[in-house]
Amino acid sequence: MKPIDLTPASLAITSGLILICALLSLLLSLRVHRALLIAALRMVVQLMLVGFVLRLLFERSNPWLTLLAALVMASAASYEVGARQDYRMPGPWQYLTTGSAIGISSMIIAVLALTTALRPTPWYAAREALPLIGILLGNVMNAVSLALNSFYGTVGRERASIEARLALGEGRFVALHAASSRAIRTALIPTINVMSAAGIITLPGIMTGQLLAGMDPISAAKYQILLMFLIVGGNCLGAFTAVYAAIFRLTDQRERLRADRLKSR
Amino acid sequence: MSGPLLAVNGLRGLAGGPFALTLARGECVVISGASGIGKSLLLRMIADLDPNEGQLSLDGVSREAMPAPHWRRQVMYNPAEPGWWAERVSAHMAPREAALALLPRLGLAEALLEAPVTQLSTGERQRMALIRAIIRQPRVLLLDEPASALDEATALKMEALFAELTASGMGLLVVTHNEAQAGRIAHRRYEMSNTGLCERPL
Repeated sequence: MKPIDLTPASLAITSGLILICALLSLLLSLRVHRALLIAALRMVVQLMLVGFVLRLLFERSNPWLTLLAALVMASAASYEVGARQDYRMPGPWQYLTTGSAIGISSMIIAVLALTTALRPTPWYAAREALPLIGILLGNVMNAVSLALNSFYGTVGRERASIEARLALGEGRFVALHAASSRAIRTALIPTINVMSAAGIITLPGIMTGQLLAGMDPISAAKYQILLMFLIVGGNCLGAFTAVYAAIFRLTDQRERLRADRLKSR
Repeated sequence: MSGPLLAVNGLRGLAGGPFALTLARGECVVISGASGIGKSLLLRMIADLDPNEGQLSLDGVSREAMPAPHWRRQVMYNPAEPGWWAERVSAHMAPREAALALLPRLGLAEALLEAPVTQLSTGERQRMALIRAIIRQPRVLLLDEPASALDEATALKMEALFAELTASGMGLLVVTHNEAQAGRIAHRRYEMSNTGLCERPL
């Protein structure tokens, strides 16, 4: 398989599409041209930078540098999730909850895949590890975000019904069962949709990229299947970890509901 | 067996304090006090639902000696506006037979058990919540304005049930603003202020 290398000229031609969009916005006073151009510029700069950083990491092939890159990616993902919740926990707890859920589950799944299914040599080779961690983080980030948003929302709104169960002598897991199962279901629905629609409605991104880069369709499909399994595993684990971390933070050692630890924004 | 059923000592928390009170087996104790003084918060602290400090013991066994859910199963708080976690009333009732037996005692139709909670009136929900607590057989019931949404006749039915519960040895700690009701049900009374509880004559 010979990847097609894009020339600067071909990128320049397609960038014309952005310019046409911006021009339309200017003519019709849609007022999106500024945001559009800034976002496009950011995208180009960010991706080229990442390209250079990845090339450097691939050449060095140092496990510690790879781990450092993975940690930076995981912190960015935790920050994004933490910053976009309707309810939040004050202090460091917001980011500790999201960070542990996203980081731990992505890392476990990535190491599992690298040591069993993919097996590059060495197993931590940056060329395989970093893209895999990236795609896992991106997906787990969404799952954790949906799970926590749903969980905090339910706890914030339905305090009376949760406390009713506690007052009758149920433990925290029983009292919060409705809230946590709803949160985990909410987190997994998009993944289930993507799996059901895969190949029929859309070609998944990884497979599209590999087909465009010249890979055999069957190999690309198998690769995509493997990745979907890993993503589902990561999302499940991430949603569970996030909800259980939140349960422990929103209750105390006497199993009281501590809704006071949740601030509405 | 000697000593009180429920003993509260040096209890402090959101409602202020320190609060001290005792409740004997089969006793009905009424707590009164101005609105907003923290009577509900006091009951919540006794049920260990809000953070607090102080000694709480049931039959001489301190609450620290048991897991909190175990304590709350025996010292059960019933709020003035009870929460419901399932759509139908029956989903909250276990054991169901015990609930069926209590419905007519409080003037509730059997069909209401299968109704969605949202279809019940405030007074019906209040009585259902009381039934929900009684059938779980706590040792102490903490009742917050249990009859605030009931007419006189229904309130009297509820009071008859209280008398039966205390006769069986259950302790009742009742917060109420209704002086007439307090006069009818109280074996002893406390007056609550910011700084504590003091016993007052019947």
